Parts: sequence; C-alpha cells; structure tokens
Amino acid sequence: MSRVGLRLLSAIPTLFGVVVVTFLLTRVLPGDPAVFFASNPAMSAADIAAVRETLGLDQPLYQQFLIYLGNLAQGDLGRSIATGQPVAAEFARRLPASAELTCLAFLLAVSVAVPLGLAAALRPGSLVDHAVRLIVTLGVSMPTFVTGLLMIYVFYVLAGVVPEPIGRLDPFLFEPARVTGFLTIDALLAGDRQILAAALHQMLLPAATMALFALAPLTRMTRAAMIATLGSEFIRTARAAGLSRGRIVVVYALRNALLPVVTTMGMVFSYMLGANVLVERVFSWPGIGAFAIDSIVNLDYAPLQGFMLIMAALFIAVNLVVDIVSAIIDPRVGH
Amino acid sequence: MTPLLSIRALSVEFDTSHGTVHALDRLSFDIAPGEILGIIGESGSGKSVTAYAVMGILDRAARITGGEILFRGENLLAMAPRARDAWRGRGAAMVFQNPRTALNPIRTVGDQIADVVARHSGLSRRAVRARVQELLRHVRIPDPERRALAYPFQLSGGLCQRVGIAMALACAPRLLIADEPTTGLDVTTQAAIMELIRERARDSGTAVALITHDLALAAETCDRLVIMHAGHVVEAAPTAAILSRPRHPYTAGLLRSVPSLAGSIAQLQAVPGSLPDLRRADLPPCRFAERCPRRLPRCDAPGPLALEEIAPGHLAACRNLP
Repeated sequence: MSRVGLRLLSAIPTLFGVVVVTFLLTRVLPGDPAVFFASNPAMSAADIAAVRETLGLDQPLYQQFLIYLGNLAQGDLGRSIATGQPVAAEFARRLPASAELTCLAFLLAVSVAVPLGLAAALRPGSLVDHAVRLIVTLGVSMPTFVTGLLMIYVFYVLAGVVPEPIGRLDPFLFEPARVTGFLTIDALLAGDRQILAAALHQMLLPAATMALFALAPLTRMTRAAMIATLGSEFIRTARAAGLSRGRIVVVYALRNALLPVVTTMGMVFSYMLGANVLVERVFSWPGIGAFAIDSIVNLDYAPLQGFMLIMAALFIAVNLVVDIVSAIIDPRVGH
Repeated sequence: MTPLLSIRALSVEFDTSHGTVHALDRLSFDIAPGEILGIIGESGSGKSVTAYAVMGILDRAARITGGEILFRGENLLAMAPRARDAWRGRGAAMVFQNPRTALNPIRTVGDQIADVVARHSGLSRRAVRARVQELLRHVRIPDPERRALAYPFQLSGGLCQRVGIAMALACAPRLLIADEPTTGLDVTTQAAIMELIRERARDSGTAVALITHDLALAAETCDRLVIMHAGHVVEAAPTAAILSRPRHPYTAGLLRSVPSLAGSIAQLQAVPGSLPDLRRADLPPCRFAERCPRRLPRCDAPGPLALEEIAPGHLAACRNLP
C-alpha cells in the first residue's frame, strides 16, 4: 500500500506540469475573450477594457498564473464567462453523466471484446477469426457520430425499441435523490426500479456506440496476447503434463494474456472518457465533452483549463488502477 | 522383450513460409521398459520434434505424414484426443530445457504440480497438497512447505528444473522424456539434476529418453544411444559399443569432437560442414553424404536408406560402412 501512496505523491509534479501547460495553451489560443464576451457592436474600446479588467486579463501573464494557482489551491476552478457559473459546480453536475456513460460502454466493450479475442486466438485463420477481424475493422473505421446516427435511425426511428435519444432520462420522470450523480446507482440507492430501468434504457444506445469503437483495440490486444501466450514454453509444459484444454486456456493462458490487455483497457478507458464528445453531441448527453467543446468555441478559459486538469487527474487515477490490477495478476510486478 | 515405445517410419513435415521442412524422415527406434536411452544429435537434427511427436504436442505447422508411434503396442497417432490427453502425464511425461520459462511465471510452483496431480489422480484437495509436498521432497527441494508457495522467478534455475521433474513424475509415467534438461544450468547443478533423473527413474522403473547434444553426458548416463542426423537415425547401439566402435562416419566424427581430459585441444575435430537445408526438394537418400569423408557414388543412388542390424543390437544406416 505504501507503493500506492508513493505513486500518488509522484503524480503531484505531473499535475503541476499539466496546470502550467494548460494555462499557457489556453493563453496562446487565437482571439481575445474580452472582445468575444463584450460582443456587442455598441461597446466602445473603453467598455472592452473594463471587461478585460474584470476578467483579470489586463494583468501580466505570471500574475494571472499566480492568481489561478491560488484559486486552484482553494478548489476554485474559476467561473465560466459563458454561463456565469462556477466551473467546479458545472463539472460536478456533468462529470457523473460522462463517467456513467463511459463506464457502461467500457463494460459492454470488455465483455464482448475479451470473448471475441479469445475465440479468434484459439483458431487463428479460421472463419471465426476473419469474422472477428471484420467486425472490429468496421467498428473502428466508422466515425462514432455515424454509428450513433445509424443506431438512432435503426433502433429509434425504424424499430422504436429505445426511448427518444435526448439526455439521460425521460423528462417526465423525476431524477432520484442525488448521491453519486450516477443515475443508475442513485436509483438503486433510492430503491426505484423504474428509474433504474429507464436510465439504463436511455444509456443503451450511446453506450453501444462508444463500445463499438472501443471494441477494436481490446479485441486485437486480447487476440494477440492470447496467441503469444499459447505459443509460450509453459503452455507446452502444461500440455505435456496432460492438463485439460479448458484449464490450459483459462488458468494458464488467459491469466497470462490479461496483463497487456489490462494495460490496453486503461488506455481505452481514459481515451473514452475524453473522446466521447461526438457521442455526447449526437445523443444530447449533458456530459463534460460537450461542455469542453463549447468552452473552446467561446474562448472560455476557466472551463477549458478545468477540463484538461480533470482529464489529467483521471488519466493518473486510471493508470494507478492499472498498476494495482497488474500487480494483483502478476506477482513479478514490483519485484 | 516387447518395447515400451516403438517409433516406426515416422515422418514429420513443417509448413513454413519458405517451403516445407522435412524434419523427420522414416525415423525408427525403440525404447525398452526401464532403460535409459540417449538421443544424440546436433541442433536441428530433429530430436525435439521426435519428442513432441511422441507427446502429441507438435505445433500447428507440423504434419505427421507417415509412420506410427506404438506405446505398449497401441498406436498413439490413432488414439482419440481425450484418451491421448489422459495418456499424457501418465503414459509419458516430459522435462524441458530452460526450466524457468518452462514453468508458468504467475502461478506458484506448488499449484502447478498440484494441477498435474489433480488432473490424473482424482485425489481430494488435501491429499493433492500432501502429494505435492511428497513430490517436492522426492526431488530434494529443501523446505518444501515454503517453496511450494514460491513463483518460478523466486527460485534458481536448478530448483525450477527440480520442480519440472516433480511435475513430470507426478503421476509415475512409464516413460520420461528429458529434452536437454541441464541446458542453462551450472556444471554442479547439471550433475545433480542428471543424478536425480537417473535415481528417480531407477526407483520407479521409468524408462528415460534423454535428448542431448552432449555426447559425454549421454555416455555417462545412458544404457543405449540413438544418433540422429538431419531427421534420420544414423546409428543405434548400446553405449559401450558406440564408444568403442562407432560404425557410422557421423558417429565417429561426433566422438572425435568430444573433448577429453587426457587429450589436447589440438586433437579435437569438428564434424565438417553443417546440416543440409531440410527444405530442399533434392535431399539425398543419405542426408550425411554431403559432409561425409567416405562418400561413394552408390551412396547417392536413389531409394531410401535402410537402417540395418550390423551386429546384435547394433543398427546403422550407411551404404559404405568401414
């Protein structure tokens, strides 16, 4: 456990680096937020200067950075100039929406990808293997907004088996008491089965869209790792000892093959968290991706910096989890 | 005496992207119950392929194109897959080279031995655990209770090979195939491992096929030797006969290439040339002919080369024996 503590400590310089870089990056974006904010033809140069002063943009860059650091230390991510709301509150509202969708999509992807990769690895070059390759290639080569729209067209417009693909919950239903921000978990806590089912139903399509995209790297890594492991010397030993095929595949090969798969899972999960902007747009999902895009368009510094900071923190957290899981699977890690 | 294992005219080919490798060509030899047989040859001569064919663990690219492998009179190649699975470990078991990589890196050695015991015995979990301890003691692993919980990376190469031997002997097989079991171990450990294999085999009446390129090691350990070259058996005879009067020119060459304490380095002679490319379509009937100092025109005459008994119990495949 002290290793975990050490890893968390070592994340601090990384996070500081991210703070510096995001701060500078947003400042070099073209455009002047004061002009943008005061976008009214009646405004004079003096008015714009006044806006700049209220936003603190008239100060030298290092001064702005120090103020930003001081606010961060107090947990203040600043205020969005577009909505006027504190950025922290906005993220607290939106992050669970993105996280819940990502988690479900990730679970879907893993529970499909690992068996697919396994099936392909057990019979390389077979019909199953080729079918898997086709599915995976389709999943990764179709942009998510296309698959998303296709899914909406097929399952909502034509088949009508899913609810209207707008937002997280049917507007006629009441959200459960907010505890975690995950609708499904909150509904479970409130003991409301109807809301749970409705929330899951609503999430199904966007989650499937995201999962389809994540399928490719996971399946391919599972297949490659399984083929490599099945060819290794200790598998030959196990076969020579007469162990049953099932035991060799599951206990001997799969567990060894999981190591690189877990690492890939970490990368895929982090990537999904940040890159689901398009899916959120297509399904009007009130998540952080859509918010970040709006902020870029509006030259809204504070939410943009907050977004990058949160993503960096999540990346670090996911990597930590991957390290811990790897250490559980492989006794050699850390020796 | 009926042989324990009888390999008859076994041919194995490998499909590679550069053509078909004719790895074994009408290979024949026997192993008697309880005997220690050395299978000698340089790298690429087909020793390990022979072992994998017997165990039924050849990889996908390999094809058995002819022959049979009789175990107590039953053809292993005609056995149902399930029966063959159950036969592995009980009928024959194998010890591999590179003991560290031959064990599952993320499973404790005790569990790995237990897997084999449980698979073939149907003992209770407690009885399996007791048997694992017993096996570890038999291969003289000190402190077996603690070592059973170790992972391969926590043990020395020598200890890992002892674990490998314990796994192989877990179900008292009739035949133990040891494929270069001392490769990568230091000299004193090598001696201890060989001693262990010999002793365990004698105690349980298990026949041993020792695969090695080390003629000195084999001469010390084995009752009988089979000399392989490029997928052929070129000579097979009791160890003393091979050492005192090798008949095949390849065997004679091998003997001259073994250093002895008495002789000087200058007397050592390498066998000239190297193995022929086994992907060639025009392989000569005698695959040693192109390296042979005694080659005659009749050596290249078409038709398979026969392995003939030239003295009681002494077989050789050569058309120009001295």
